[in-house]
Amino acid sequence: MLGHRISRFGSTIVKQLAREGYISTYGRRNLQRSYGHYLPSLPVVPRQARTSQEAWFLKSHKFCTSSTTSSENGDEETEKITIIFVDKDGEEIPVKVPIGMSVLEAAHENDIDLEGACEASLACSTCHVIVMDTEYYNKLEEPTDEENDMLDLAFGLTETSRLGCQVIARPELDGVRLAIPSATRNFAVDGFVPKPH
Amino acid sequence: MSRYLARYMVSRYFSSASSRPLHVCIVGSGPAGFYTADKVLKAHEGAHVDIIDRLPTPFGLVRSGVAPDHPETKIAINQFSRVAQHERCSFIGNVKLGSDLSLSELRDLYHVVVLAYGAESDKDLGIPGESLSGIYSAREFVWWYNGHPDYSCLKPDLKTSDSAVILGQGNVALDVARILLRPTTELASTDIATHALSALKESSIRKVYLIGRRGPVQAALTAKELREVLGIKNLHIRIKQTDLSVTPADEEEMKTSRARKRIYELLSKAAAAAKTSKADPDQRELHFVFFRQPDQFLESDERKGHVSGVNLQKTILESVGTGKQIAVGTGEFEDLNCSMVLKAIGYKSVPVNGLPFDHKKGVVPNVKGRVVSHTSGDISQTEPGLYVCGWLKRGPVGIIATNLYCAEETVGSISEDIEEGVWKSSKAGSKGLMQLLEKRKVKKVEFSGWEKIDAKEKQMGIERNKPREKLVTWEDLLAAAAN
Repeated sequence: MLGHRISRFGSTIVKQLAREGYISTYGRRNLQRSYGHYLPSLPVVPRQARTSQEAWFLKSHKFCTSSTTSSENGDEETEKITIIFVDKDGEEIPVKVPIGMSVLEAAHENDIDLEGACEASLACSTCHVIVMDTEYYNKLEEPTDEENDMLDLAFGLTETSRLGCQVIARPELDGVRLAIPSATRNFAVDGFVPKPH
Repeated sequence: MSRYLARYMVSRYFSSASSRPLHVCIVGSGPAGFYTADKVLKAHEGAHVDIIDRLPTPFGLVRSGVAPDHPETKIAINQFSRVAQHERCSFIGNVKLGSDLSLSELRDLYHVVVLAYGAESDKDLGIPGESLSGIYSAREFVWWYNGHPDYSCLKPDLKTSDSAVILGQGNVALDVARILLRPTTELASTDIATHALSALKESSIRKVYLIGRRGPVQAALTAKELREVLGIKNLHIRIKQTDLSVTPADEEEMKTSRARKRIYELLSKAAAAAKTSKADPDQRELHFVFFRQPDQFLESDERKGHVSGVNLQKTILESVGTGKQIAVGTGEFEDLNCSMVLKAIGYKSVPVNGLPFDHKKGVVPNVKGRVVSHTSGDISQTEPGLYVCGWLKRGPVGIIATNLYCAEETVGSISEDIEEGVWKSSKAGSKGLMQLLEKRKVKKVEFSGWEKIDAKEKQMGIERNKPREKLVTWEDLLAAAAN
């Protein structure tokens, strides 16, 4: 049991460090592999995520051992907000997200278990997230017909549901809490209990 | 000194019980199978997952069901491929449960067996004339245009008349209607099977009737698909204005489901637009026919044994409590002529030897994915180590994403059972399966074999300006995999 706890603790540290950007993408993958954790492998990513991933890599160059970039001011220039993901166990995971990045990309960058089956093509509802506070939900732009068509079918649909690939990080969303729907938990939003699908 | 002791303890630990391999076999490589595999791998460091499928190609209905003009829906294959390529996961194709090995043999080899093989059969209407030629299930027709090796020789009759009737108004009904009515120039650049494209180029079908026994508020189709079909150029939509009147019961249904409400609004808009469009020769028409249920199929006088139409009974809706309305016959009948009928009224699962099965519902009885042996009173006794996921568990409903949560529930049950230590014995797993298949001379196709098929199809596709040119026979698929 001790070894199991050590391995979990170690991987939590690694995850935390990765989120703060202290470990390069490459470094993080290696560390987590040695803890025997399964990671969705990074090579095949949607085009949008790849460029922001590159941007993220460039910004964290200070902390990695092999860097060939020359961008020194990346960190200061790109504004970031905090998004708090609430996973199926109710655990709150705050992550730093650059303005302009979608919630889906942000989740993938930070190993949050949010599926994106159609890779942001508005052809599925697997990146469904629930905005926990109606105040933040109202700050978002109205969903398009196409997004609403997909939301119609989302599991555990609530009045404050959105597709993660369509929600883009903006300054006014700083501190937003997003719950990931689960087969085993239903999330109350502002005391509102969502209807089962 | 204590540092060395700590390191020794840690290294001893990693070779101890909880990283002892957990051998899992998943039968079926569609979304249910792959989401289950993904979650098992993430939840259990010691899990080794084998995914078997009777086809040499993985991905189930994502490859053989999703329509050729819906490529974005097929992107899910990327994530499934990543799972298949995981070091603790193996895809083994061309292995059929029930023929190449039995369920009990599989349960002897693996700690956990998850059946996720979906629904490969159809609901029947059970009405006279159902066996006339020219009547197919939508599943057969879909497999035909998607190049499934079991149906490449279907040869549906598309040249006898200009009318086809589709029974059912769900998304599968819309898919087949669209493939029948889309200009073939548009279909030519999709991954549709070439034999289907050729047949469609010579098709005389110009009018397709989508028949539903209830009304527009109850139609099973969804907004995205409806929006798409309403937007097809030069396709005229026909909806009777009278069919759109709603009752208080209908209003209630729309209140509880935003999806229903949005679909009704789309259909109303379409009906209004239809009134203003002009009729023109050789135009393609899609008719939404509501409140009609098929009573019998009519046989052609000129071509014995072939369908020439459907006899339909008008219906009205009756409330059966809990907000549900059913269709009831009124005794008034009318005929609709056609030379082809596609039944899109739902799929049905197929049982295997040794598997508890509910023949009425067409699913495997289960509690949160654990297969039930039998039920007495309140208590359900479950089969140790046997689980279900996907359509085999829930019935043939839902979308690809539904399997994400279905898999979460099933894997939750598996994890609970593991914690309770239900399996203490060691199993042969992959090694045992390979030995068995070798003994029986089964020509298995591993993921690398699929990658060869994939590469060949893409290469052939480039030559014809298609994303891929599917290989449609067992011989061609197995040959490409072995190359």
